[in-house]
Amino acid sequence: MNASGPGHFNAANLVRAHEIVAQYPKPKSAILPLAHLAQDQDGWLSPDAMREIAQLVGETPAEVLGTCSFYTMFKRTPCGKYVVSVCTNVTCLILGGPEILEHLEERYADDGDVHVEEVECLAACDNAPSMQVNYEFHEHLNPEVAAAIVDDYKSGVLTARGVSGGRTR
Amino acid sequence: MTATETRLVTARLRERPEDSWTMDGALASGAYESLKQALGMAPESIGKEQVAASGLRGRGGAGFPAATKWSFLAPDSFPRYLVVNADEGEPSTFKDRMLIELDPHALVEGIAIAAFAVSCHLAFIYLRGEFALGYERLTDAIRDAKAKGFLGANIQGSGFDLEIVVHRGAGAYICGEESALIESLEGERGMPRIKPPFPAVAGLYAKPTVVNNVETLATLPHIIAMGGERYAELGVNKSTGTRIFSLSGHVKRPGNYEVELGITFRDLIFSPELGGGTPSGRPVKFFIPGGASSQWLTGSDEHLDAPLDMDFVQQTFGVMLGSGAVMVYDDTVNPALIAWRLAKFFAHESCGKCTPCREGAGWIEKVLYRISHGEGRPNDLDLLFSVGNSISPGVLNAPFTQTTICPLGPSAVSGVASLHKYFREEVIAMCSNGPRAIPVTAGAMQ
Amino acid sequence: MTATEASTGVDLVSITIDGKTVQVPKGELLIKAAQEHGTYIPRFCWHERMKPVGMCRMCLVEIEGVRGLPPACTTPVADGMVVNTLSDAVKSVQDGVLEFLLINHPLDCPVCDRGGECPLQDTTLAFGPGESRFTEEKRHWEKPIAISDLVLLDRERCIQCARCTRFADEIAGDPLITFNERSGHTEIATFPDEPFSSYFSGNTVQICPVGALTAKPYRFRARPWDLTAVETSCTTCSMHCRAALESSSNRLVRLLGIDSEPVNHGWLCDKGRFGHDAINQEDRVRHPMVRRNGELVACSWPEALDAAADGLRNALAKGGASSVALLGGARGTNEDAYVWARFAKGVLRTDNVDAQFGDGLPAAVALGLPHALISDLDDARAIVVLGVDLKEEVPVLYLRARRAAAELGVPLIEITSAATGLTKYAVASLRHAPGEQNDTAAALVSAIGGTAAGDDAIDAAAGALSGRSGQVVVIVGRANLAEHADATVGAVAKLAEIDHAGFLVALRRSNVRGALDLGLAPGFLPGRVSLEAGRDWFEELWGAVPSEPGLDALGILEAAADQRIGALILLGADPLGDCPDADLATRGLAGAGFTIAVDTFITPSNRAADVFLPVTAWGEQDGTVTNLEGRVQRVTRKVTPEGTAMPDWRIAAELALRLREDFDLATAEEVQDEIARVAPAFAGVDAALLRRARDGAVLPIAEHADELVLGRLSIPITAASWEPIAPGADLEAGGEDGAAEAVVTAGESEPAGSEGAPIAAGDATSEAAGNEVAPVVAGPELPALHTWDGHAPTPSRPGRDAYALRLVSSRVLYDGGVMAQATPAFASLVRPVELRLNAADRDRIGVSDGDRVRIASARGQLDLVVRADTGVTAGTAVLAWNLPGAGAGSLIDASAPVTDLRVESIR
Ligand SMILES: Cc1cc2nc3c(=O)[nH]c(=O)nc-3n(C[C@H](O)[C@H](O)[C@H](O)COP(=O)(O)O)c2cc1C
Ligand code: SF4
Ligand code: FES
Repeated sequence: MNASGPGHFNAANLVRAHEIVAQYPKPKSAILPLAHLAQDQDGWLSPDAMREIAQLVGETPAEVLGTCSFYTMFKRTPCGKYVVSVCTNVTCLILGGPEILEHLEERYADDGDVHVEEVECLAACDNAPSMQVNYEFHEHLNPEVAAAIVDDYKSGVLTARGVSGGRTR
Repeated sequence: MTATETRLVTARLRERPEDSWTMDGALASGAYESLKQALGMAPESIGKEQVAASGLRGRGGAGFPAATKWSFLAPDSFPRYLVVNADEGEPSTFKDRMLIELDPHALVEGIAIAAFAVSCHLAFIYLRGEFALGYERLTDAIRDAKAKGFLGANIQGSGFDLEIVVHRGAGAYICGEESALIESLEGERGMPRIKPPFPAVAGLYAKPTVVNNVETLATLPHIIAMGGERYAELGVNKSTGTRIFSLSGHVKRPGNYEVELGITFRDLIFSPELGGGTPSGRPVKFFIPGGASSQWLTGSDEHLDAPLDMDFVQQTFGVMLGSGAVMVYDDTVNPALIAWRLAKFFAHESCGKCTPCREGAGWIEKVLYRISHGEGRPNDLDLLFSVGNSISPGVLNAPFTQTTICPLGPSAVSGVASLHKYFREEVIAMCSNGPRAIPVTAGAMQ
Repeated sequence: MTATEASTGVDLVSITIDGKTVQVPKGELLIKAAQEHGTYIPRFCWHERMKPVGMCRMCLVEIEGVRGLPPACTTPVADGMVVNTLSDAVKSVQDGVLEFLLINHPLDCPVCDRGGECPLQDTTLAFGPGESRFTEEKRHWEKPIAISDLVLLDRERCIQCARCTRFADEIAGDPLITFNERSGHTEIATFPDEPFSSYFSGNTVQICPVGALTAKPYRFRARPWDLTAVETSCTTCSMHCRAALESSSNRLVRLLGIDSEPVNHGWLCDKGRFGHDAINQEDRVRHPMVRRNGELVACSWPEALDAAADGLRNALAKGGASSVALLGGARGTNEDAYVWARFAKGVLRTDNVDAQFGDGLPAAVALGLPHALISDLDDARAIVVLGVDLKEEVPVLYLRARRAAAELGVPLIEITSAATGLTKYAVASLRHAPGEQNDTAAALVSAIGGTAAGDDAIDAAAGALSGRSGQVVVIVGRANLAEHADATVGAVAKLAEIDHAGFLVALRRSNVRGALDLGLAPGFLPGRVSLEAGRDWFEELWGAVPSEPGLDALGILEAAADQRIGALILLGADPLGDCPDADLATRGLAGAGFTIAVDTFITPSNRAADVFLPVTAWGEQDGTVTNLEGRVQRVTRKVTPEGTAMPDWRIAAELALRLREDFDLATAEEVQDEIARVAPAFAGVDAALLRRARDGAVLPIAEHADELVLGRLSIPITAASWEPIAPGADLEAGGEDGAAEAVVTAGESEPAGSEGAPIAAGDATSEAAGNEVAPVVAGPELPALHTWDGHAPTPSRPGRDAYALRLVSSRVLYDGGVMAQATPAFASLVRPVELRLNAADRDRIGVSDGDRVRIASARGQLDLVVRADTGVTAGTAVLAWNLPGAGAGSLIDASAPVTDLRVESIR
């Protein structure tokens, strides 16, 4: 497969994309990792990215969309730089998760950089209530502590690891 | 109530909190010795002798004997794949995440042993997408293990080759179900497959495939080290060995505890070295014994004194140890609220393939929302129960049947069945007293 | 499964369903086995022609010894299985599933196209709960949304059975619709800006079990209870898919696929499904016309026929038989073709007759190759596709070939000038420059013989051709109208050397095979016999035949251009649209003398005619047609034409009468009986047989007796359109002769006899054929069927000019043809006119995609937009044939071996 096409991935990520495809016995398996790669690059999974992924794995864009839309981590509309995922599942529910969610939603309602979302159990119930910011865990929270953490990301005191590589935002 | 931990799988990460996840830390505590030992054995014998003798049962939820599962692999059909289920998404289960983040080498070693035992040369770890730190630690561990000759070509001069690919999920609980996981790994929507064929016959890329849980595999090095028979001396009846339980909710000391199977729920919840009892000192009203999918048990002596024995709790109370998550609620908690939140989870996570699960879970969620938020109607509980019966007929009398492909649909009914069994009066009262204030989420521990 | 299969050595096992023990084929799915024995297990997602997914959960049953409630649609039968479909547990589950399906359903049945024939409605009535207990807010979606130009989607009605998505992926190979999101939010969706533009999209509407998918052309046009249906064959192309044709108030409104095992498996292409709208168009010619003072004016039939006969008589008197010619006839029925052939050859005594326009293959080749059947694709050793892009030309044959390659593991090799719809399923795609396919075929054949070609693709193809046993099915068409047919004939001659090679001649025009078989070709007489071989036989029967072989279409047009054709009959013919050489067609039509148009529409080709005789169209006329594998099937009259149009054959008979020859043919069935009596390939295929042959009859029936399934199936399914409709199922008695008369239940089929000479086969079909056919006793000997001697003219090898691009001009599905143009629904589907080039050639010319270029051949020049296409081979240029406004014909010289183009930028 050559690099022609929508040309959505940057050069380094395109190299990475080909390596990813080569890891699997069948190219279609690479849809999820490629979608992660695109989302890490752009902050969301755009139609252009899905088109390029389709080309890389030899499927139609509709098939890539069908697969990707099944998974809640893929954001198919542009969203903020900071994805703040607040758990409200049962343990967090009884220990204050919904209050944190409400507080953060209100506080960052007009902040285009911060995307606050409600998520299911994050496997951090021993230290509930918990949340993730760009998939970094933060635990033992209350609304004020949670907000302070988000602000630390915004001011650069905290940074998240980009796990798929190639983070450009 | 003096039960304590029995640390095998959790030994390293408890003993070396400063570096258990690094190659140095792992090697200093005996990592990869079992692999070297295993590579000297006849591959088949590992499953047929050691693992079979250990009585090890899957730690992912279903509790299926590991050696038996391996023995189902279609003979003479290659390549074969080993797929590690690291998608841990069952609410309130957090043991696999701990193992991955704090002792990835135990998992890598376990994978290598299992792969050698079943003649697999390409293994996949299907890792829950949200586990960013886990991804980093796992990929580092694999890189380091390769550098040290514990992975890659000709491992430790044995002639055995193995590559491991870490594949990140992307936010879909159903991908923990093994056939959905395989679909997802093939780049599809994570919808469970019709069985048969089972993965052991036609799994990943239609090839024979073993799917094992993280903890199951991380236990293997210990079985090799101590011998299957000695491992089987631990535990009770057919629940041999130790298991990690994720204890959460209204306990003083929430966390992961590796204990010998056979201690009681009371031991787990109340022992000072384990859960330590409720923080408020109030009685346990009910607890969920095996992850969100299980039906519930109450704070009654009968239930608290039940042993952690997979078959006993299944046969006696129709509940399961499942994923090893135990969620404890004291008497301030409105059970309908817990049932609603779990129903919301299942409705959200239904893959949408089966009509009863796709439509039924959403219906249950809507009615439970009304009930738990003070809008219940007098016959709501009966309606719910009847809807639940359309998803899993006979849901009160385990083993029930199911009208769905996978057990997620019935899981969505567990809360309803439990309300019906234990909290009927309370829920009916809630429904007839008209609108009520939304119950406070106590925040008792802050 | 048909009863025939049961009696032909399939392993049977014994199962008990609701107390009744039955024998069923081993391994068959329980839901199907039960249905064959009269137990209908309700279902939504299962479809006989697709892999089971077991997701709607409607078909759960109890099986003794099996835990839980297994789905009947994914459970294969096993010997001794005891099944309960009526237990309380099963019933309560059925109640439950239906209740679940309805909780979010809008229940807008009164305004739903599906209302009245809706499987969800029907199943609810038969198996469902009486009431819903759901009082929560329902899901809401915007409704309906267009997922393509032809199909609309109402997501509120969708029950997520995945029939449409599976069809698109598994059957059509166009995975352009998908499930989007998950859980209760799951919806069917297309990718933004990439609609479900499949040639097969209409099938999803037919198999949708609710009103979620509706067809734009049909929406709100009828209520199911106003519709009546007959079984017929679609004649949009030469595949002849079985179909149910429905009308309301004497207007054709809908065509649904019928599941014929040997032909179409229930599928139709969109052009066939929606193209019938053409006959409803206002500009249909409904009355005869003659030219007076330069104008065509309406007149009575006797006037028109007299004028036509006079014109013919004058021409004969002036220039003799060789000055009269007939073009066309491939759009009609077999009966039309035969009576016109008899009129032209027996009465006018001209052999200047051709149903093709230089756009097909010589009749000697098309008729004389060893033939394969469509169903032979399923278990072929290999499939070789020579030239033709089946997806564009014979779409449902494409589905069949694709299935063989993609699902059944049959290796497929294509030898083409450009990528085709099948390229991605081919084990080897051998590309050749226009005019050089015979070289590629020769290299392939010698590679099979052991001489490695040194070309990876050819050697791989040769390997694939030798890997299994069985027949090699070669599908050949006329792909490139910008090259001479000789090149294809040369390649065919080579491929015929492969052992066990059988050919499917995929010429696309509807009944071209029937027309050639019945003598509408120079040098041939009805029944696949050459003029020479059949001379004595037909002289005896008809009294006369042409004295010598005549001209083919190109020859006729050339002669006409030279003023040597005194009278020309255009029988549904459109040489301006179909003849590759537009200049020749124009000159020929202009130079022809007295011209008689026999047609449904006025077209540029026939607008100068002296007499216009309007004919009935498909759907208005009974008869038979012959598909590309030689299968004769019935077409059925469903509506009465407005005006006074007549069947073509009747016009021929009327003209014959005016030339003092009485054919004495009163009905289409009488024509069929005459054909069976006189045309050797049709021996035994008389009206009585055709009425009872469920899947038609493959010619000659003596060689294909096992294809004859006599008697009609009656199956207990009434839901009209979502289940595979079996041939003969529950359709109205159609036409004057009653399409569905004599309903025989499954099991009562009788295989036809197969002994003896072709003509005697009429006897072997027992009383079905006994009555009127008088076996020939004395007289001349029965002529032998024509076979091709394999002699191919050596194609001339044109020189290569390094700067020229060689033109490939192939047909596309939605083109400028009469039918596509007359169907409003297709207007937006016709693709833009573009010259497609390899990117390297485009760059060399120095233009970008979307730029205009001037192309010039020896014949003419055009200005076109260019676009690079990875499917185009370097050194060639692709311009679709017969797109409105494309004008490829103006570049082509039909006598030249290839068409070379100069391309230059005119930016
Ligand atoms: C809805 C559903 C979710 C599941 N999630 C998980 C999971 O997150 N992790 C896991 O190991 N097993 C999970 N399982 C169980 C797996 O299907 C499978 O039984 C297990 O991975 C097998 O490994 P084991 O034999 O080592 O336990 C889940 C099952 C179901 C039905
Ligand atoms: S039970 Fe639910 S999650 Fe499981 S396959 Fe069916 S719809 Fe999907
Ligand atoms: S319930 Fe919130 S992290 Fe588990």
